[in-house]
Amino acid sequence: MLEYLAIIFSAILVNNIVFAQFLGICPFIGVSKNLPSALGMGAAVTFVMAVATAVTWLLQHYVLMPLGLVYIQTIAFILVIAVLVQMLEIVMKKTSPGLYAALGVFLPLITTNCAVLGIAIIVAQKDFGFVYSLVYAVATALGFALALTIMAGIRSQLELADVPRPMRGVPVALITAGILAMAFMGFAGIKL
Amino acid sequence: MPGTPLTIIIMEASKVLLDGIVRRNPTFVLVLGMCPTLGTTSSAITGMSMGLATLAVLTCSNAAISAIKNFVPAMVRIPAFIVVIASFVTILQMLMQAWTPALYATLGIFIPLIVVNCILLGRAEAFASKNSVWLSVCDGLGTGAGFTIALTLIGSVRELLGTGAVFGAQIFAADYGALLFVLAPGAFIVLGLLIALFNRITNN
Repeated sequence: MLEYLAIIFSAILVNNIVFAQFLGICPFIGVSKNLPSALGMGAAVTFVMAVATAVTWLLQHYVLMPLGLVYIQTIAFILVIAVLVQMLEIVMKKTSPGLYAALGVFLPLITTNCAVLGIAIIVAQKDFGFVYSLVYAVATALGFALALTIMAGIRSQLELADVPRPMRGVPVALITAGILAMAFMGFAGIKL
Repeated sequence: MPGTPLTIIIMEASKVLLDGIVRRNPTFVLVLGMCPTLGTTSSAITGMSMGLATLAVLTCSNAAISAIKNFVPAMVRIPAFIVVIASFVTILQMLMQAWTPALYATLGIFIPLIVVNCILLGRAEAFASKNSVWLSVCDGLGTGAGFTIALTLIGSVRELLGTGAVFGAQIFAADYGALLFVLAPGAFIVLGLLIALFNRITNN
């Protein structure tokens, strides 16, 4: 149990996917302009990352490894993730229109979110067990949602600030992210 | 383009090349491909290697996509482009594992992640699927060069401020360096400041 708590803590705070691992930066900068869309994107990524990690884990261990096809991992994973996101979109539209209305617009963007493919590859490289991988994926996605939410909160305040013209938009967002990354470095000393 | 004078071909090609480097620089103007830009620029040499790896895949994928553009139905073009890009990334992975294993280990996850670098799919969709193979190769080289220059620059600034060296050559004593710039926060801050500088020079 303590082992799982340690992964969750480490994946959300110590090795935060945005601030320490530099994955998923595009949606982090692009979708963090207001709080509702940040929360929506965070939830959609959590959902997709959990499903994608489960499916790619099974693919890796029951198809690619027995057949000796590990070298086509990159192609296989990206195709599976793309198909999965499409299918999720179709299924959600039919079964839960409410959820679809909330998350639907973010789904197509997730295929090119490198965090999803990144976590699938990291899990395969480090040879985690199935449950361990799932917990790791969900915790990492929660870390992404946390980063996105904090950033959205700061950026809605930043709108009111008088920022020099060349710094407006992406540059000031990046520098804010840098300061947040510094704050997250504070967690690095904690041992569980 | 049979019959087109050589000078016009060269002029077109150099315009496409320059566009990719300056006017449509993938990092400073379009702000695409942020993950490798931040993740691999802790030193000048790793930044440059990442840029060159992307340049190689981008040039090959642009050429291949431009060559098959008339055979791929419009409805499945995006998945088709992704498969082409992923194939070249896999070839690159194998070559790097064989020839430069140390570099492959340093760049780590960011090599397979070239597949989801939006610059590649962006150039495939916006340029290679509409232009000739020759111009698409030029576009790949130009955009790749723009990306490589940006990553090398960011890597140099971070390495200099963090350790007092550029490409390993000591410029001032390492003791005066602020390690922060080599670590994660430095990546965000240096990139933010460089984009602001680029805006200042080009727009105002």
